[in-house]
Amino acid sequence: MRFYVPCDSAAVSVGADDVAAWLAAQGHEVVRTSSRGMFWLEPLVEIDSSEGRLGFGPVTPGDRLEDRALGPVAEIPFLKNQERLIFARAGLTRPLSLEDYEAHGGLAALRAARAMTPDEICRQIEESGLRGRGGAGFPAGIKWRTVLERPGPKFVVCNADEGDSGSFADRMVMEGDPFLLIEGMAIAARATGAERGFVYIRSEYPAAIARMRAAIATMRDAGWLDGFELSVRRGAGAYICGEETAMLESLEGRRGTVRAKPPIPAVSGLFGRPTLIHNVLTLAAVPWIVTNGAAAYRALGRGRSTGTQPFQLAGNIARGGLVEKAFGVTLRELVEDFGGGTATGRPLRAVQIGGPLGAYVSAAMLDLPMDYEALAEAGAMLGHGGIVVFDDSVDMARMARFAFEFCEIESCGKCTPCRIGAVRGRETVERILRGQDVARNIALIEDLAEVMRDGSLCAMGGLTPMPVLSAIRLFPEDFDRAPRAAAE
Amino acid sequence: MVDSATVDDICARHGDAPDALIEVLHDVQEALGFLPEEALARIAHRLNLSRAEVHGVASFYHDFRLRPGGRVTLRLCRAEACQAMGAEALIEAVSRRLGAAPGTVSAAGVAVEHVYCLGNCALAPAAMVGDRLIGRATPEAIAARLADAGV
Ligand SMILES: Cc1cc2nc3c(=O)[nH]c(=O)nc-3n(C[C@H](O)[C@H](O)[C@H](O)COP(=O)(O)O)c2cc1C
Ligand code: SF4
Ligand code: FES
Repeated sequence: MRFYVPCDSAAVSVGADDVAAWLAAQGHEVVRTSSRGMFWLEPLVEIDSSEGRLGFGPVTPGDRLEDRALGPVAEIPFLKNQERLIFARAGLTRPLSLEDYEAHGGLAALRAARAMTPDEICRQIEESGLRGRGGAGFPAGIKWRTVLERPGPKFVVCNADEGDSGSFADRMVMEGDPFLLIEGMAIAARATGAERGFVYIRSEYPAAIARMRAAIATMRDAGWLDGFELSVRRGAGAYICGEETAMLESLEGRRGTVRAKPPIPAVSGLFGRPTLIHNVLTLAAVPWIVTNGAAAYRALGRGRSTGTQPFQLAGNIARGGLVEKAFGVTLRELVEDFGGGTATGRPLRAVQIGGPLGAYVSAAMLDLPMDYEALAEAGAMLGHGGIVVFDDSVDMARMARFAFEFCEIESCGKCTPCRIGAVRGRETVERILRGQDVARNIALIEDLAEVMRDGSLCAMGGLTPMPVLSAIRLFPEDFDRAPRAAAE
Repeated sequence: MVDSATVDDICARHGDAPDALIEVLHDVQEALGFLPEEALARIAHRLNLSRAEVHGVASFYHDFRLRPGGRVTLRLCRAEACQAMGAEALIEAVSRRLGAAPGTVSAAGVAVEHVYCLGNCALAPAAMVGDRLIGRATPEAIAARLADAGV
């Protein structure tokens, strides 16, 4: 019999390789595919049937598969209720098989783009309303047009630094469907006139690095990258290198310190040349838009947030994984309907949206629609779409302390409000944790937050106040500490 | 004593390009286990950079070790999603078991390090032994992976 077993590193992290070896030892054919992104079911194995793929999971070697039967995989509500454009192939194809990729719709967009002028491609992206998925949500089309209009040589750079806690969608694309990202980059290169490209991948992702390198070689050998030289560069464990100008410094072989803007990278980026920088998910959305048209993309979503967003359910969540949905889905639908509430079964208390610089929201705010504008209005942000759930055992004052500590560790050190503010902030929260002068210290943090927000050169220092202040505002009881006995 | 041929080979593979410095540092560290001062000097020479520049880069990034590390690296995630699933308690238990806190090397040669997200946040808490990712990590699962790695 033929079994499909994911080779995604999250699946492997809970035993998918052992399951594959166990099945192979029994004489079965084992095909290693990407993951569906239903991680609570991993290792999830599938077989073909007249009703499509049937799933079994989570499987441990030696299990009776009947005991783990999940029925037709496509009917599992978590999957069935998604709108997967970027992740349409997840779980179906072998990541490094160009043949599988093409059989499931891959390369159609690049083929079409080769028959279009750069201006026509840029127009598609502009009309789609596609916004950058790296965090800031800036309209992609404006950047494409800016780069197109400048003289060469020009660059396309994919930001695959994915440093935010709670996010793993970039990793899934690179490990599971690397040709999709390369196709998106090749289209972007054609549309902007760039001849050289880099994928900057964080070093914490060795499997993604290996698979992207192999996939680039395959695409090059198959002639799909003619006139576009693409290579992988590794990060080296610095969160700040996800910030685009720090990433450019790193790509030039220097310390990852932030550059002042302007000039924006689209005008003067890598080696001072016009550079189109996008997150993995932004570039991975491009092939669908080119194939299906800007209008079809714009028909999905809410207001100025068009298309779909791959949300990532993480932390204390019963059904953690990837949910690609049109913008406008509520946080409650994501966390309760898809996610099934907390993993521990205790009441949900807080959710952090958009990574370590994102705001905390409370259980009372779950009806928030997920789009850029609605979140901004609620004092939160989408970031990279990571959603981290906490149950009622969380101590929000400790999370506030962590936010400052993270900034202290990862700050590039270029500006004082961030470098010094993070240290002062951590120390001040520590005083609150000890119950010292709580009211005065909270006022101090509020002043400090203002200095950081207004005086920092980039969003590292500028947004660190967001998780801190949201925690203070929504969970004041956690900061109202009694002084600790001196004898303790 | 550092084998300068190894460093030279690596630099040559990257075309002696100064912008490839971080790639070069990764490769040299993989080959030598850490980045000795002589290796940095050799890299500076090959890439036509000053020693201060190379040293500045090597010391900026968390990945690079300027002193010998352990035989194997254990990275323990302490970012938010893993904290939501008890990362702090796990880190404490593992550190106690190994007799080494994050930032130190155990007697058996395990370099224990904090890390901020391994992209396995739906299967938290996460850890990594060498290049092997561990999901739903427990002290036992980590010990088993360390045993696979020979410690
Ligand atoms: C501290 C910091 C970290 C960031 N980390 C990332 C990251 O890991 N990945 C990413 O794509 N963008 C990250 N960004 C956003 C980038 O600076 C940039 O806006 C983005 O790569 C542009 O691509 P987009 O238009 O597709 O969003 C970060 C920004 C800041 C301030
Ligand atoms: S805010 Fe922090 S990370 Fe950003 S430039 Fe200033 S010091 Fe660097
Ligand atoms: S937060 Fe630990 S793996 Fe992402």
